[in-house]
Amino acid sequence: MNQVNELFSKEIKVVNIGIQGFYEDLKKNHVPTVHMNWKPVAGGNKKMAGLLSKLK
Amino acid sequence: MEKILVKKNSYYDSVTLMLISQDVKKIDGVQDVIVGMGTELNLELSRKMGLELVELDQVTVNDMFIAARVSEEGAWTSLCTKVEELLNKKNEDNANEYFPASLASARNMMPDLNLALISIPGKYAYDVAKDCLDKDIHVMLFSDNVTIEEEKKLKEYAVSKGLLMMGPDCGTAIINNVPLAFSNVVKKGNIGLVGASGTGTQEVTSVIDRLGGGLSQVIGTGGRDLKKEIGGLMMKLGLEALKKDERTEVIVVVSKPPAEEVSEEILDIVAEIGKPSVVCFIGGDATRIEKRGIVAASTLEEAAYKAVCLAEHKPVVYSGKFENEEETDRQGKEISGKMAAGQKYIRGLYTGGTLCDEAMKILHDDLGVIYSNVPLKQEENLENPVYGKSKGNTFLDFGDDAFTVGRAHPMIDPSLRAARIVEEAKDTEVAVILVDCVIGYGSHPNPAHDLAESFVKAADIAKTEGRELCMVASVCGTYQDPQGYEDTVRQLTEAGAHVFDTNAKAARFCWKVLAQRR
Repeated sequence: MNQVNELFSKEIKVVNIGIQGFYEDLKKNHVPTVHMNWKPVAGGNKKMAGLLSKLK
Repeated sequence: MEKILVKKNSYYDSVTLMLISQDVKKIDGVQDVIVGMGTELNLELSRKMGLELVELDQVTVNDMFIAARVSEEGAWTSLCTKVEELLNKKNEDNANEYFPASLASARNMMPDLNLALISIPGKYAYDVAKDCLDKDIHVMLFSDNVTIEEEKKLKEYAVSKGLLMMGPDCGTAIINNVPLAFSNVVKKGNIGLVGASGTGTQEVTSVIDRLGGGLSQVIGTGGRDLKKEIGGLMMKLGLEALKKDERTEVIVVVSKPPAEEVSEEILDIVAEIGKPSVVCFIGGDATRIEKRGIVAASTLEEAAYKAVCLAEHKPVVYSGKFENEEETDRQGKEISGKMAAGQKYIRGLYTGGTLCDEAMKILHDDLGVIYSNVPLKQEENLENPVYGKSKGNTFLDFGDDAFTVGRAHPMIDPSLRAARIVEEAKDTEVAVILVDCVIGYGSHPNPAHDLAESFVKAADIAKTEGRELCMVASVCGTYQDPQGYEDTVRQLTEAGAHVFDTNAKAARFCWKVLAQRR
């Protein structure tokens, strides 16, 4: 199964997770994009993040 | 006086904080300031600035901090107010847009999302990338500092689903003519490329474009893909996709020399595809490539020239010489003639890792020894590249992990390199400073500005002490890039630099000068 060639034939729709500047660039290029307001789970507290992941 | 403010458990991305740092440096009474996340590198940079604040020891990687040396209490108050204002302004600028906090919400907004561009700190990247692959979303992972074990797991999973997992540390890709992260605006065409090196890919695609050629797809794999541990998983998937892609008539592969067994496998695959192909294992052995009927290129420039010949169905011709070799020789001698006795070394200061590697390979045989944080030989490793001094011939890759933990990539934040140029100019043995200037999407809005400013300062320092410095730059980009190719060249030329359109030419020119200094 190769979904890459399928992607080549479609419009690219991007979720940008991280540097907001990359989202701005994609917007300028009229590329459909969603910027995700990512923050480390539990403020980066590993123990807490581990506990939270068990709740999913 | 020295001051510090710590915001516990507050996350902001490194680019936002870098832009704020640059802004608040201009406040009256602020002598030195760092606004950043509490990574080891940022804390060490604060200490290096002489900020011996005991509170620095309490700052963790999850905290944002402002550390500064200010002339009086009022300046500190203004500084803190301004940082707060800029952080709020960013929130206000975004007020009209909704940014979902989870992938699930993002998919509710745009259900047919098909590509994720991930650039969060490396230690969190695995979970986020895996989540995207779970949902059949192709991934471009820009983040570095991801372990090779995590990379392997992600790529094996992606391949099992037939999905792209470009990266980690993948800076460049152009899918369906959309430039992603650090990429240049190139014309559509019939050349497809798979690259295991970000700036190497940028250089090849930019030169192809400037020569009049065009690109069908540009797939990045991340720099470790052709290592034995990963085995070229993404390179193979990319090649398979280019094989099936009807718009791709010519294939280009760009990488540093891979692990031997991986190299053999990749070359067999390229040969089997049957489309005219160019393989550039920068500085690598051409025999293995050519014996399979594939065109070999040892430099990025050469790969681009040869690919365009193939794409235009013309004989493959490449000389690797300057347009006027004799005139260039003469220039080298003239520049050298103005230098003081004792000036004999080169300092290569790069934002692009592959460009740095390529320049070292071009110059290594002639120079003998080149010290570096990304050395060609282990015994030429430069200890303490971030805080220490250069020695002899030194090349630094400012995009290497040591320089980027908790900081924006040097193509976005040129300040560390700009400061280093000025520092190198103080060394009486330095004859040549060589740099790259990479434009395009993702890069700083005007990288030539900081470079030009530091070139002028460097030249002044040398002149005051009776020396003449030779500044050499190459500009990587296209005429369609937002920064403007011609304007970038103009700024650097006006600052006194000798500017070339490829990194290989810039490196070869340096030798024309340095050969006279022996």
